[in-house]
Amino acid sequence: MKLPAPRDWLPSSRTLAVVPPFLWLALFLLVPFLLVLKISFAELQFGIPPYTALAEFKDEAIQFSLHLRGYILLFTDSLYLATYLNSLKMAAVTTVWCALIGYPIAYYIARSSPSIRNVLLLAVILPFWTSLLLRVYAWVGILRNDGLLNKLLMGLGIISSPLEIYRTDLAVYIGLVYAYLPFFILPLYANLVKMDLRLLEAAYDLGARPWQAFWRITVPLSRPGVIAGAMLVFIPTVGEYVIPEMLGGADTLMMGRVMWNEFFNNADWPMASAVTCVMVLLLLVPLALFQYNQVRQQEAMQRGQA
Amino acid sequence: MKGPNKTARGLALGLGYFFLYAPIASLMVFSFNDSPLVTSWSGFSLRWYGSLFNDDALLRAAWLSFKIAALTATAAVIIGTWAGYVLVRMGRFRGFTLYVGMLSAPLVIPEVVLGISLLLMFVELRGTLGWPAENGTFTIWVGHVTLCMAFVAVVIQARIRDLDRSLEEAALDLGATPLTVFFRITLPLIAPALVSAWLLAFTLSLDDVVLASFLSGPGSTTLPMEVFSRVRLGLKPEVNALATLFILAVGLCVILANRLQLRKEPESR
Amino acid sequence: MSDSRYAAQHSADPHEFVRVSDLVKIYGDVVAVRSVNLAVKRNEIFALLGSSGCGKSTLLRMLAGFEEATSGQIMLDGEDITAVPPYRRPVNMMFQSYALFPHMTVEANVAFGLKQEGVDRAEIHDRVFEALNLVQMAGYSRRKPHQLSGGQQQRVALARSLVKRPKLLLLDEPMSALDKQIRQKTQIELVKILEQVGVTCMLVTHDQEEAMTMAHRLAVMTEGQIVQCGTPQDVYAFPNSRFVAGFIGSTNLLTGTIVVDEPDHVAIECAELTRPLYVSHGVSEPLGMEVHVSIRPERLVVSRSQPQGDYNWAHGMVSHMAWMGSYALYQVRLDSGKVVEASVPSLLLAQIDAPGIDEEIFVSWDADSATVLAS
Repeated sequence: MKLPAPRDWLPSSRTLAVVPPFLWLALFLLVPFLLVLKISFAELQFGIPPYTALAEFKDEAIQFSLHLRGYILLFTDSLYLATYLNSLKMAAVTTVWCALIGYPIAYYIARSSPSIRNVLLLAVILPFWTSLLLRVYAWVGILRNDGLLNKLLMGLGIISSPLEIYRTDLAVYIGLVYAYLPFFILPLYANLVKMDLRLLEAAYDLGARPWQAFWRITVPLSRPGVIAGAMLVFIPTVGEYVIPEMLGGADTLMMGRVMWNEFFNNADWPMASAVTCVMVLLLLVPLALFQYNQVRQQEAMQRGQA
Repeated sequence: MKGPNKTARGLALGLGYFFLYAPIASLMVFSFNDSPLVTSWSGFSLRWYGSLFNDDALLRAAWLSFKIAALTATAAVIIGTWAGYVLVRMGRFRGFTLYVGMLSAPLVIPEVVLGISLLLMFVELRGTLGWPAENGTFTIWVGHVTLCMAFVAVVIQARIRDLDRSLEEAALDLGATPLTVFFRITLPLIAPALVSAWLLAFTLSLDDVVLASFLSGPGSTTLPMEVFSRVRLGLKPEVNALATLFILAVGLCVILANRLQLRKEPESR
Repeated sequence: MSDSRYAAQHSADPHEFVRVSDLVKIYGDVVAVRSVNLAVKRNEIFALLGSSGCGKSTLLRMLAGFEEATSGQIMLDGEDITAVPPYRRPVNMMFQSYALFPHMTVEANVAFGLKQEGVDRAEIHDRVFEALNLVQMAGYSRRKPHQLSGGQQQRVALARSLVKRPKLLLLDEPMSALDKQIRQKTQIELVKILEQVGVTCMLVTHDQEEAMTMAHRLAVMTEGQIVQCGTPQDVYAFPNSRFVAGFIGSTNLLTGTIVVDEPDHVAIECAELTRPLYVSHGVSEPLGMEVHVSIRPERLVVSRSQPQGDYNWAHGMVSHMAWMGSYALYQVRLDSGKVVEASVPSLLLAQIDAPGIDEEIFVSWDADSATVLAS
């Protein structure tokens, strides 16, 4: 008589398959964040670690102390609010410029013949893979008062004294757009290249002029690509540190710099933690939107395939 | 059907690519500049390449960065592929939403936040367990893997979704256990995606300044950290030389990878 | 069942090899498979016929093990396999897309299943080539799937699913990927191979010609349920419902009331016909009941002259005629306004003085040509 075979899909083997990557994330993402949360409620003190403990056993009682200095400062000192809003503003402006410059490039690459398309795409991918740090460094050399741009303009006689771009917001904008342009072009290209050109043919057949066809057909169809590209630019830009640090002035307020400074320059860990916590919470909204968009795109694709 | 306007196309592409490449070109050109004032041309010279190869600090940092990048990429591909596969193929299990959220977090959260949290955790661990004794290669590696696995997961998920499910089902039908199916069917079929994911993770790790700055310790300065600290003090011609070599290397790899992909195209799928 | 000539559908057959009992599959709100009962005999080729969305593919996937049944039981050769995972079932499937592993050669593809069983190298080699010879693909063993044509891929897929000598072979729309031209030839070839190997087989298709050509028995499925089960001849000649009558082949449907009800014959008054219908067998419906009747187009005889007798003929005008090569399809508008179709073999056309369009015509049929439908 045959004994029933043990099932491979027992809960334990399935759990075994699902859990390990989860463990890494829990250990190195969730736990650290919970720790930051705890430290944000601590107070600065000398010693190691440079912050007070959350709970203390004193006089036969466990005393919890939640210090709210950090949070109070965050919400009363207008610097932090201004920094957050400025980060959002700079990210938004960067996204718009990436879209304005990136859309035509993505469009014309998508509409080129396959062989040329390959070369053009390669030419966009190359900067993407090249170190961001080095490419931003290049702009330092261009935008400085004694940099290449000023030398060129003065040499041509267009201006008589150097333009002060380096260490201003404008330099940061240039750096951000430059760095994130490929991030906008690539997903948009992926969307445009899949567009059915026969739709345009049908439009021309019905009497539409090229410009009309572009606005009424191509642009609406490219919306998912534009949104994907925009998110890929906007979200990382909000928290950028390197580019504002290298190209921006002392008054270029961005969240990344503020958090870095609190931590390294002021060594105020509780403060830095509080800023971090608020930052994360404020980002949870875009994160949720991002995920929602992802899931919707995934489902739309699956429905399209079915 | 007529294509888009030739002049508009030429103008857009021309300006666009000029914008993308002018800075890169300027970097490379001035790496051959004899003058230490980077932007004032005084003659052709290879001296900065020479001093680059004598620069011990930079070379040590470069070696460390490559090591960490390779270790990161390998670990990130393993963990990221695992996570991505689970999300696509294991259906909706308990905690699915939390899983997805945690996997997307590194993509959305600024690196500074990730750096601060991990550093604080390592400090706390050091306080209670005495380990890790000091920050260095290991801690940087942990931070990089956490960041890169999210990117790997995105790439791999997309590739697995495109995979014809009936291939895996056919393997099951023929008697292969789910584990065998993963290693014998799924992995070989997504191999090119695994390679690009590895390269992506490698590049991200190699280029990272923020996480490395938070998580490094004495004696573990990475290349980007070294470069960053130097350029904060002004323009440095050795950095131009480094940049040129880097760009050439990357360019070569990208072109090679492209050639390989084009040759394999008719066979795949 | 209204037709007393037709024997009971479900017999406790000792040769039952596969038995599906009250199988149900529910996805959220949708009931894909509603309490299906099936029995397949050993070495039989059984077809599940239905249009897309009827649940036949879901049923097949449950038999393969890719979908878990919500409730019900599947027995194979006396063993309950309902909860057995697909890689443990002695069942193999040939996929609609063939699902050949693109990164393996033809030989490796066919050998894959045997490798999982732990069969030794020498035996694998022998069995693989035995299977490839069966489908005449032995010369292609080193090729990769993308280097083969559609028909060749199908043969390799068949070899791969037969090499493990499964107790049950499942075919998912086997001909759907092939051109219409070679379909018929391939159907016959496939049946020959299956009969040669002697494997019990269930195939799923939406093409009724395919089901009729290939299967020993078939079941018609709609909305998750089996509506009729039997040999192709029986289902074609004695459909049990309007749905089945219209689904398999084409038919003329008439509605009428029973006016004479005897054990061995029945007469039906039809508004659509001027003469009553005479059916030479008894029915289970009582006198006075409204019934539906199906008469196949090939059973209608056309002529210019009025047929003899008081029953089973009608008068009308030819509204359309289509020449199909081996037969002609007549569309006749009867006096009552009802339009019927009659198919006349070309051979016969030449002998009778065939009426043309807008000409008068009589259609008639035998007493055993009409089938009274149960629903």
